[in-house]
Amino acid sequence: MSLMAVGLSLIFGVMRVVNFAHGDMMVWGMYLAWLLASRLGIDPYLGFVACAAALFVLGLAIQRGLVDRIVDAPHEMQILLMLGVALILENTALLVFGPEPVRVRSPLAAATWYVGSLYVDVARLLTFAVAIALTAALYAFLFHTDLGRSIRAAADNPYGALVIGTDVRRVYAVAFGIGAACVGAAGALTAPIVPFSPSLGLSASVASFNIVIIGGLGSLLGAFIGGLLVSVAESLGAVFLSPSLKELVSFSLLILILLFRPAGLLGKRAP
Amino acid sequence: MIRVGVVAATAIALALPAVLGPYALAIAINVLFFAYLGQAWNIIGGYAGQLSAGHAVFVGVGGYAAAVLAAETGLTPWIGMFVGAGLAGALGGVIGYLGFRFGLRGFYFVLLTVAFAEVGRIVVSNWERVGGAVGLYITFTGDPRRLSFQDDRAWYYIALCLLLLATAVAWAVERRRFGIYLTAIREDEVACEALGVDTLRYKLLAMVLSSFLTGLAGAFYAYRYSSLQPNAVFGIPLSVEIIIRPIVGGAGTLLGPIVGSLILTPLGELSRAVFGQGGWHGAHLVMYGVLLVAVVLFVPQGVVPWLRDLLRRKPA
Amino acid sequence: MLEIRGLAKWFGGLQAVKDLSFQVDDGEIVALIGPNGAGKTTVFALVSGFLEPDAGEITFRGRRVRGLKPHALNRLGMARTFQIMRPFARLSVVRNVMIGALGRHPEPRAAETRARAVLEEVGLAAKAAQPAGSLTLAERKRLELARALATEPVLLLLDEVMSGLNDRETERIVELVRAINARGTAILLIEHVMRAVMSLAGRLVVLNYGERIAEGRPDVVARDRRVIEAYLGEDPVAPPA
Repeated sequence: MSLMAVGLSLIFGVMRVVNFAHGDMMVWGMYLAWLLASRLGIDPYLGFVACAAALFVLGLAIQRGLVDRIVDAPHEMQILLMLGVALILENTALLVFGPEPVRVRSPLAAATWYVGSLYVDVARLLTFAVAIALTAALYAFLFHTDLGRSIRAAADNPYGALVIGTDVRRVYAVAFGIGAACVGAAGALTAPIVPFSPSLGLSASVASFNIVIIGGLGSLLGAFIGGLLVSVAESLGAVFLSPSLKELVSFSLLILILLFRPAGLLGKRAP
Repeated sequence: MIRVGVVAATAIALALPAVLGPYALAIAINVLFFAYLGQAWNIIGGYAGQLSAGHAVFVGVGGYAAAVLAAETGLTPWIGMFVGAGLAGALGGVIGYLGFRFGLRGFYFVLLTVAFAEVGRIVVSNWERVGGAVGLYITFTGDPRRLSFQDDRAWYYIALCLLLLATAVAWAVERRRFGIYLTAIREDEVACEALGVDTLRYKLLAMVLSSFLTGLAGAFYAYRYSSLQPNAVFGIPLSVEIIIRPIVGGAGTLLGPIVGSLILTPLGELSRAVFGQGGWHGAHLVMYGVLLVAVVLFVPQGVVPWLRDLLRRKPA
Repeated sequence: MLEIRGLAKWFGGLQAVKDLSFQVDDGEIVALIGPNGAGKTTVFALVSGFLEPDAGEITFRGRRVRGLKPHALNRLGMARTFQIMRPFARLSVVRNVMIGALGRHPEPRAAETRARAVLEEVGLAAKAAQPAGSLTLAERKRLELARALATEPVLLLLDEVMSGLNDRETERIVELVRAINARGTAILLIEHVMRAVMSLAGRLVVLNYGERIAEGRPDVVARDRRVIEAYLGEDPVAPPA
């Protein structure tokens, strides 16, 4: 979840475009992983790279073909555009893969370890570890490479970046692509853990918005921490209230944060 | 000229049930009903430009209120409808106040409305007293006093009345200071404030009006389709159905939701009929998505303004 | 009619406005000048209700108005224009002005009549039906002015209304402002175009780093050492012999 949020934060932070289709992109990532696993026998924990790559391409295509045209349009238009893309993605998945939930088995992670008196689900542990690794890699990329720096520059000041010669459109495209790749990876990594179906898409989008807002827009660290925070809060909610109400917790958090501190916990941008 | 058109259209609309077969009539009812919902949304979403993507919550509140009141107190849904609408209006006021007072705009407001709709869905899904996740089934009584009709034509006329009501309200809003202010608020709120417009007050008014009207539709929905399910009636798909017609037809125009519904409802039915046979559910949603993308890219103002421009450019 | 005392505003650790006091009397034209970043626009935002002061008093027409929202101040008779123009782009020019007029003339038809009269005055009557987004820069400036005028203010705050205009356009606006003032409307303006300031203003208030460093008649202030230093830096260039 955190990885997904980081990707979203990147897209929003750089382009101020709200990607409603994020969750549905993730679902496609999940299905790709499933395809790889069931047709080619590739374990999701290895195959996530392919998923990330595929979604990078998809993200690039969407950005170049659609989003680029309306970067200057009023915000409502951008929201609607991505909503349309979300609808397309989600329902094509529905058409292609059917509405029944699907599970991916990962031979690498079928085990459960006992640490002291605690169960540790290896699958979740692996996902968590890889997610952290990827986030760290992303950080390194953004802060230590030229392209990464250009992205951050364009995010802070598009005109300034233009002035010093950055190809802003290309930067935007890459940023969108990376955001999509993050989400593809997230999908592949989460696939072994939960059963999924296309309808997961929109609720996943909303959940990731939750996280990004709570953690703070424009701050990747915030997105990551937000993800952790929300997961913990939801789990607590599931334990103390009731499992079906756990989403209530994160939504209530969202509403509270929207009202009192829209910049989020670590946010750099106010609305 | 316009008056003639309006009278003619109304006359045709009134006469239609006499010539339509049962399937076509059902579609016509849907056209009218969703045009109504779209027009109600239009007041806050089109004229005032505040994109609410959770409007289904008002349908849900209105519908459940009417149905539960009828089941538990025997209150006729004809009155229960207004109680539900009142509750929906109050909720709209709360959401609006929370959002606008704290300065939530654009995307943030969208998110707030979606959050409320989802909260509504989750709460109702877990509330056993009103049916929980399974929802309420409304027994068909065939008794007009309990909002139940043997003849679909009754539903048609009710839907027509609702649409005329919403359109009349929108027309009144459009002509008065209220509506003119709303269109300016949509453009630039800061400039409005500097010109003496109390933006909070007018946005709130628009929100309450819109949510009240949407709440009225709740009872219609419940009794026409004989069931209330939280996922269906609070869910995002319904919100999408509500907003897509005015957006495609022309948000902020009087005819937009109507034209939008005339285009999209039959198309939706068609795709359901063609693709639904093969088990391809959701094909119409793909179509909605494509249309949404196409409209945003090529006809951002919607079909009605686009047509208006076309007609204007024709040599006189 | 407008009195400001001890106004102060901090942004984080930076004090943008320091203990500022001045006043604008009925029918006066007062210009707020100073180098970039001196805090002039912040003062406007504080006076017109868009920012909340951290300290100080603002009195308008005898009432304490600190903390009032912009629309309330407008009802009391204060109007402002914006440096970065904000037309209602998709609305027609006449509709734009009507938004201002509707405050005092709630009936749309009456408001439209009034709006057209204002448009006549600023010279935009020919463009009344066009969308505001299609106007040229100079026309947009006049639209900003028209909108503010339509609210029938007794005090008009003009924020750099001449910037970006050529000589002829500037002349036109100067005349317009004079005519408005002649009718009894007081004017507080921020301006960098010195020619305009000198010919319009009865009094100058000079700001630097958020503080008032000079005040008085234009010809006097222009020769004030502190003012020259503020504009040119620490070592003033000696005037040409």
